[in-house]
Amino acid sequence: MTDAEIRAVALATLLSIAPEVEADGLRGDRPLRSQVDLDSMDWLNFLLGLHEKLKVDIPEADYARLVTLDDVVSYLQKKLGGA
Amino acid sequence: MIEFKLPSLGADMDEGTLLEWKVGVGDTVKKGQVVAIVDTTKAAVDVESWQEGRVHQLIAEIGQKMPVGTVMATLLEAGEIVPARVGADDTATVANEAAPKPRRMISPAARKHAEEKGVDLDRIEGTGPHGAVTLEDVENAAAARIAPSAEKPAERSADRTADMRKTIAAAMSRSKREIPHYYVAEDIPFARALAWLQATNAQRSMAERLLPAALLLKAVATALKRYPELNGYWRQENDGVFVPVSAINLGVAISLRQGGLIAPALLHAESKPMTLLMQELTDLVKRTRAGSLRSSEMNEATITVTNLGDQGSQAVFGVITPPQVALVGFGRVAERPWAENGELKVLPVVTASLSADHRVSDGHRGALFLRELNDLLQRPEELDQ
Repeated sequence: MTDAEIRAVALATLLSIAPEVEADGLRGDRPLRSQVDLDSMDWLNFLLGLHEKLKVDIPEADYARLVTLDDVVSYLQKKLGGA
Repeated sequence: MIEFKLPSLGADMDEGTLLEWKVGVGDTVKKGQVVAIVDTTKAAVDVESWQEGRVHQLIAEIGQKMPVGTVMATLLEAGEIVPARVGADDTATVANEAAPKPRRMISPAARKHAEEKGVDLDRIEGTGPHGAVTLEDVENAAAARIAPSAEKPAERSADRTADMRKTIAAAMSRSKREIPHYYVAEDIPFARALAWLQATNAQRSMAERLLPAALLLKAVATALKRYPELNGYWRQENDGVFVPVSAINLGVAISLRQGGLIAPALLHAESKPMTLLMQELTDLVKRTRAGSLRSSEMNEATITVTNLGDQGSQAVFGVITPPQVALVGFGRVAERPWAENGELKVLPVVTASLSADHRVSDGHRGALFLRELNDLLQRPEELDQ
């Protein structure tokens, strides 16, 4: 998958949890949870949604590395065996 | 004859609008069965029956707004027989179990139209000769069902948000007017709890992982067993009396994405293992935000817990939801300097607070409750047993 495809999956997952979010207004290099009001349950569901769609396991120890949308895309790309 | 009344769907709800009957005349109703969907200012709620019987009459009509306590339907108890009334409309009642349902008069055009529109003919009262259901009756029923959605979704959402704000305002104003609150707080080291959660979650699939919220809720439920004066209701009769409740039903404050909040209950939290509590919390949050709650979840909370989570403030001092007498609040878990045995170190810490009703308990007992909570959270593995 390309980075753009992974980003699209991440955004679709995010919108299923926070439908009021305007995806065009999100900055990929800013902390996601400061741009979108996601509580810990939302965040868990976001990661669970990524896991289900991409078949990628995300250990809890890695949660702290996933701060921005760019972090999420980059992390998933590595997990999927990409660049 | 059992009168099925509109129950209170939370202290802040004094009326509701019937959206849908989930049972028909003649149906058998079991305890806990959802019999109707009622709209409130906060959510559409599945209203359960806590009595068993057979539906005799559906009195409330779709779209009818009614105050709490209104008789919505009548049920026949097992073996109960209602004498047939001369001239009574047999189509609206069930005389007894053995009696065959009388044949209804429905015009062919009405029947065909009902099929096309998906209208349940059993729910329509005929206005034709001898109660016959006419084409016009079916059209009216179909229109009544469609009418609410003709309103623009954005307008409906804005109305609901405004109504919810008013409801919250009324309940919280009443609370601050009537309940003499006192507040106590305790900083709780959370390192052991987090280490236990991490070790536990490392053994679990993603879908089964626990959030700190589940541990905090379990700790509250466990601690409350020793502090029954915090779990129950203040009743106004006889100049006011506290009624303790043995079940610990934790009202969980859940914020809605469009604004406002609802605090439905996790029922019997004291008797549930943490994994089940986590599953039920996940389900409750999901259904709350989808607007699909049950009446028992709306009116049986015995205490409220508000957890600001990892995006929240350091501490929260909440307003008690009447007729409850206490509210437990948790701020975000964050690393803070911590002095212990003459040494200064950095630890994850959570501030727990208690807002409680001074008519029922005192600050000393409140402080002991928080101390108990602290002790329990230093032994998280025991909470999972």
